[in-house]
Amino acid sequence: MAYIEVKDACRKYTQNGKETVVLDNVSLEIEKGEFICLLGPSGCGKSTLLNSLAGFERLNSGSVTIDGKEVEKPSVKNITIFQNYGLLPWRNVISNVKLGLEAKNISKEEADKTARKFLELVGLEGFEKRYPRQLSGGQQQRVAIARGLAVDPDIIFMDEPFGALDAITRMKLQDDMLRISREEKKTIIFVTHDIEEAVFLADRIVVMMADPGRIKSIVKVPAHSTADRTSQGFLHVRDRVFELFNMKTEEYIDYVI
Amino acid sequence: MKKLLSVKNAVVSVAVLIGIWQIAYMVSDYSDALFPSPYQAFLALIEMITDGTLAENIGTSMFRFSIGYISSVVVAVFLGLILGRLPGVFKYVNPALQLLRPISPTAWMPFIVLLFGIGEVPAIVIIFIAAFFPVLLSTVAAVNNIDPVYLKVASNFGIKQPALTWKFILPAAFPQIANGIHLAVGTAWIFLVAGEMVGAQSGLGYQIIDARNNIRADILLATILVIGVIGIILDGILKFAEKKILKAWGGAE
Ligand SMILES: Nc1ncnc2c1ncn2[C@@H]1O[C@H](COP(=O)(O)OP(=O)(O)O)[C@@H](O)[C@H]1O
Ligand SMILES: [Mg+2]
Repeated sequence: MAYIEVKDACRKYTQNGKETVVLDNVSLEIEKGEFICLLGPSGCGKSTLLNSLAGFERLNSGSVTIDGKEVEKPSVKNITIFQNYGLLPWRNVISNVKLGLEAKNISKEEADKTARKFLELVGLEGFEKRYPRQLSGGQQQRVAIARGLAVDPDIIFMDEPFGALDAITRMKLQDDMLRISREEKKTIIFVTHDIEEAVFLADRIVVMMADPGRIKSIVKVPAHSTADRTSQGFLHVRDRVFELFNMKTEEYIDYVI
Repeated sequence: MKKLLSVKNAVVSVAVLIGIWQIAYMVSDYSDALFPSPYQAFLALIEMITDGTLAENIGTSMFRFSIGYISSVVVAVFLGLILGRLPGVFKYVNPALQLLRPISPTAWMPFIVLLFGIGEVPAIVIIFIAAFFPVLLSTVAAVNNIDPVYLKVASNFGIKQPALTWKFILPAAFPQIANGIHLAVGTAWIFLVAGEMVGAQSGLGYQIIDARNNIRADILLATILVIGVIGIILDGILKFAEKKILKAWGGAE
């Protein structure tokens, strides 16, 4: 049995008497330690799928299990990073990072040490006493990542976490996210609508389509492709994904697991 | 520059007000005892300051005001935090609140005096009522308006009650609650005077009644001015506090 299993997930919304099928029999298996990107156009159900995995939303039918257990509510073992950061503006950086540690039974010194360690990991040492409003968007997202890592989760869910950032900042954060995912050995499920972002980060890209929301195919990214954004391997995988969105599925069976 | 301008505006505005008063005094033919000039009211003010009655009455009124207003804010915020999180219960509480809210707090006065007699309690109760509804309703609205991402973060990190309220809901809702608390201070101050006119034998409101009984319109008008000035000061203090809070909460720098 896979670490994370989605089986025949269905989710519908009825609005003004009109029914939208947001997830239409979605099935997916994810192994421990994988970096998965959910890629697709806006409205194809990426957030809905992620929220079902994270326990924020329930399915109409089908099941989501993590480590053999049905997901029913959010858990501190699986941390979600939101696009708008979700930092508490009335707390400074370090006490934002300590937030998740407060519910745990650890000493103040221990919490302080852990928080500083992860602030350093995301490159924000020296920013402890700042408030979120005094940071750039990229720095705020780094704080949110440090806060998530501080509670030592098994899985990190990220919903378009870099969507609000400019291109250069976004690439820096992608570099760091890749480094962190290797150092910390976390399972990461990352939602994006940016093809290059998905190719750069993912071990496997789950390509989704809208109306009804479904998985079109899953593209495995060979390890050597991600090293650099201008390498042949990277461009090759990127082009394949581009073509997938142009509805040429059948010819690329070799990229589909 | 903006500060300077507003000081200028205030001076002109008050000068015009006193000018109108002075003209009304000159053209009307009431006796000075019934309709004094601004200068006579000023002399009455000096008299009240020197004989100590003003300070004493301000002290008495501020004591009642503080007790009534602060206890009202504490109770209303506390209830608002609970009701804001229980929409199912609030649905049943809200109609009763909407029924009670438009009733002027003064309408309760005779009833309160019947129950508690003349003294400290009626004025305190009326201030309590005056501040209670706006603060309660703005707290409930503030809790309902909290960015859902805060609640998601809280549940993700396993933060449960009561920490959820102290660490997330209260601080997240606080800027909007602070706005309600600020607006209520004016309303409560208005009703302090009403409360003391009917239900007390001391304080600024009573001083107005006392001045009327002694046909001292100069004292009466001077007291009214003092009430207005204190109202402005109270509003200024809360406006300042609200600004500080908004700034600390990540609003505009
Ligand atoms: N609470 C909701 N009520 C009604 N429709 C919703 C709701 N949440 C999402 N949807 C619809 O579900 C579809 C998928 O949404 P979402 O999962 O957010 O897509 P994505 O994250 O891929 O952009 C959209 O068409 C959206 O309008
Ligand atoms: Mg989305």
